Amino acid sequence: MSEADAVAVVLWVGATMYAVFGGADFGAGFWSLVAGGERGGRARELVDWAIGPVWEANHVWLIFVLVVLWTGFSEAFGSIFSTLFIPLSLAALGIVLRGSGFAFHKAAHRLKGRSVAERLFGVSSLLTPFFMGTVVGAIASGRVPVGNAQGDPFTSWFNPVSLVIGALFVSTSAYLSAVFLVSDARRAGAPDLEQYFVARAFVAALVAGALAVAGLIALHADAHYVYDGLTSDALPLVILSALCGLGVLFLLSRGAQRGVRPLAVGAVVAVVWGWGVAQHPYLLPTNLKISAGAAPSDTLTSVLIVFGAAVLLVIPSILLLFTLAQRSLIEEGPGPASQPPT
Amino acid sequence: MTALPLAADLGAARSQMAFTLGFHIVLASLGVAFPAMMLIANYRGLKRDDADALLLAKRWSKAVAVTFAVGAVTGTVLSFEFGLLWPEFTGRFGKVFGVLFAIEGIFFFLEAIFVAIYIFGWKRLSPWAHFWSGVPLVICGIGGAFSVVAVNSWMNQPQGFSPTTGNVTSVQPLKVIFNDAVPYEVPHMILAAYLVTGFLVASIYAVGMLRGRRDRYHRLGLLIPLTVACIAAPIQFFVGDTAARAIAHNQPIKFAGMECVQQTSTDVTEYIYGRCTSDGVKGGIGIPGFDSFLVGFSTDTQVTGLDSVPPDDRPPANTMLHWAFDTMVGICTMMIALGFWLGLAWLRRRDIPRTTWFLRAVAISGVAAIVAMECGWIVTEVGRQPWVVYNVMRTKDAVTDSSGIWVTLTLILLLYALLGIALVVVLRNMSRRWREEGDTDSDVPYGPSGGVPSEVTP
Ligand code: HDD
Ligand code: HEM
Ligand code: HEM
Repeated sequence: MSEADAVAVVLWVGATMYAVFGGADFGAGFWSLVAGGERGGRARELVDWAIGPVWEANHVWLIFVLVVLWTGFSEAFGSIFSTLFIPLSLAALGIVLRGSGFAFHKAAHRLKGRSVAERLFGVSSLLTPFFMGTVVGAIASGRVPVGNAQGDPFTSWFNPVSLVIGALFVSTSAYLSAVFLVSDARRAGAPDLEQYFVARAFVAALVAGALAVAGLIALHADAHYVYDGLTSDALPLVILSALCGLGVLFLLSRGAQRGVRPLAVGAVVAVVWGWGVAQHPYLLPTNLKISAGAAPSDTLTSVLIVFGAAVLLVIPSILLLFTLAQRSLIEEGPGPASQPPT
Repeated sequence: MTALPLAADLGAARSQMAFTLGFHIVLASLGVAFPAMMLIANYRGLKRDDADALLLAKRWSKAVAVTFAVGAVTGTVLSFEFGLLWPEFTGRFGKVFGVLFAIEGIFFFLEAIFVAIYIFGWKRLSPWAHFWSGVPLVICGIGGAFSVVAVNSWMNQPQGFSPTTGNVTSVQPLKVIFNDAVPYEVPHMILAAYLVTGFLVASIYAVGMLRGRRDRYHRLGLLIPLTVACIAAPIQFFVGDTAARAIAHNQPIKFAGMECVQQTSTDVTEYIYGRCTSDGVKGGIGIPGFDSFLVGFSTDTQVTGLDSVPPDDRPPANTMLHWAFDTMVGICTMMIALGFWLGLAWLRRRDIPRTTWFLRAVAISGVAAIVAMECGWIVTEVGRQPWVVYNVMRTKDAVTDSSGIWVTLTLILLLYALLGIALVVVLRNMSRRWREEGDTDSDVPYGPSGGVPSEVTP
């Protein structure tokens, strides 16, 4: 594996982490948006409680991806961001709204502002994954040429592939998050919420599956390079992902407790890597190859060194955080009451 | 959609970058220095069994949580802007300065993790373990500031890559990381963060005292950050002076711009304020020969003037640059005076000065520190124009060709105005509730609910 490929792998690790953890976070915002009524209030409490301690760390993965991209593959970064100015601006808008909604909604409690903050948090949780999805669609379908704003500012992302992938991203986030929330509800000792999210995870999984099929059809029509990759080199990963998805549906329908989370995560990870394999050796299929777009060797080496240092420093810290949380040495605040108020 | 004239978009892009950075830097300063203040209070609380100090530390940690969350949001916007506004700059030089941001990433990651541990650890971790869980925050703040500001230093003193035209094919990361502007720019910014945080926090308690809340809790809340800031101020003066001298040598046109030096000559007059025109400074207070003296400790020192480069290579808005520089220096001088005032009173009576004038001065010092910092960035950024990478790349060649920046600029102005208002309102509400009901609320974004260590519940 060349050094450039190694840095591309690092980039992909970051993208995977963001897809899983960031995705689950966005999905939580989605559920808090669509939960209405009295039971909805309890669902929102659970969402709050569950994503509290890890929210900040989840978010950093996006920065990680951006920084590795602009350091390792500067030209691709410039090309993507200038052509896809509109969807990326909207994704950033979602991040601002979501972050502020989150930062303030607890502090604003008892104020009228609270429900506004919650609404913002929810709506913006749709915005970012959707527009990130359109960006992925634009790249996959070869609509991002190399250079400063060389692609079409609209049709590059406003096309069937992009829109389907955007919708797929939203549904996948919702699905992941619902699965996570099932376990969280169990941990909080709230069987009613557990049921609530099992049902929703089921629906979201079906929708995501349907959109994934629709996505494949759209890719077939419009993004031959990636489609060919997905149906050849990356086929095992695609099948793995489908199996994981089916496994989740099966387990949920049996009311099983174990294995649901790893399988759900596995489905997403397999798809992300499937995409990566499918478009290898291109950064921007079929406009820019990884080898052609890579930074000089000293830069790549430094990125790998820094990544190594990050692994050595960050993983123990994250383990510390999780251990402390598991042992209840850092408190999480009260979860939602274990029984709905009567 | 490419109909809008380019020059207009360049203006919008620069305004948007300047505005978002100017906003972020205030929160970033709090992120760098607030944890240190919090730990000082925490340490004092534990060492001397001081309930007031512990309560301060606890409340400050909640404020840190809120500002950290908003700082993360505005920082993410900045990362997007590197591509949305400056794809040519990042596309060509990302491979050069990017490593610094990668290093910064580690610090931010650790910071995010330890903020969570510290905030959630108040009740259940043993007091000293909890204290130590906050220490990485201080280190990460300084490390993060180093990494980002070093990028800006590199823009001022680009080196460690070749060739200087066209595609970069070779990079020497260590030369980039430790470029020539780092030794003065990085310490200057870190000190600025401590000044801004120190004076800002102190000013909040000064206002409380002016409104009659003169208990020990408020005095401590004033004294801890104020002492830190007053120690930093004279050091900052020294570092800033070093910076100015270094710039006179390695970015002479920026220096000429901020001092309004038109012709290269010796015996140059130092002007305090005044209007810059092409035939010298109008108005202002002139000190003959002093500018030359400041640059080389002798009035015979030659100072490079704007006339040494063609008009296209000179920074715009000279008067604003000059005023920004003078304002920064002026505010620093007043900060030092405030420090003397506090120091004298402390030596005499072990107390803060009794007069309300002192409290009034502290009350405005927070805003003044922010003004000084923003002025400093104006000097750095506008003074570097027309270059985004000094003498290597022009800002107009760095900007995106996509249109619509006026739209994003407008949106951001609105959004950030709301964000700023919301932040202030939320922090004020937090403090009002603390006063009225004690610390029983779950009011931080990822903080515990309730959670005053039980032994210090007021
Ligand atoms: C509280 C804030 C504060 C205070 C009191 C001062 N500064 Fe400053 N100054 C900054 C905050 C700042 C800053 C915002 O942090 C800058 C912008 C870039 C940087 O690294 O620091 C800066 C930049 C900056 C520059 C330009 C550096 C460059 O372009 O590379 C010079 C020459 C000075 N300062 C000089 C001074 C002097 C002579 C001061 C006092 C006598 C002084 N500063 C006080
Ligand atoms: C954080 C405090 C900072 C402030 C307040 C600030 C301020 C500004 C201002 C006023 C401009 C516009 C220049 C003009 O209109 O002539 C600008 C531009 C810019 N700054 Fe900074 N700056 C800061 C830090 C940084 C840092 C740390 C970086 C890089 C890592 C940076 C990168 C840029 C870039 C790329 C531009 C656009 C090109 C230009 O106009 O020079 N700035 N900034
Ligand atoms: C002098 C300039 C800067 C300093 C000192 C600084 C410092 C900080 C600090 C301390 C934080 C943590 C959040 C907080 O505590 O409030 C932060 C967040 C962030 N900053 Fe800046 N920053 C500066 C400029 C920039 C620039 C130019 C960028 C552009 C890439 C940037 C990108 C970020 C990002 C992405 C985050 C979010 C990280 C997270 O989620 O924790 N910063 N910054």
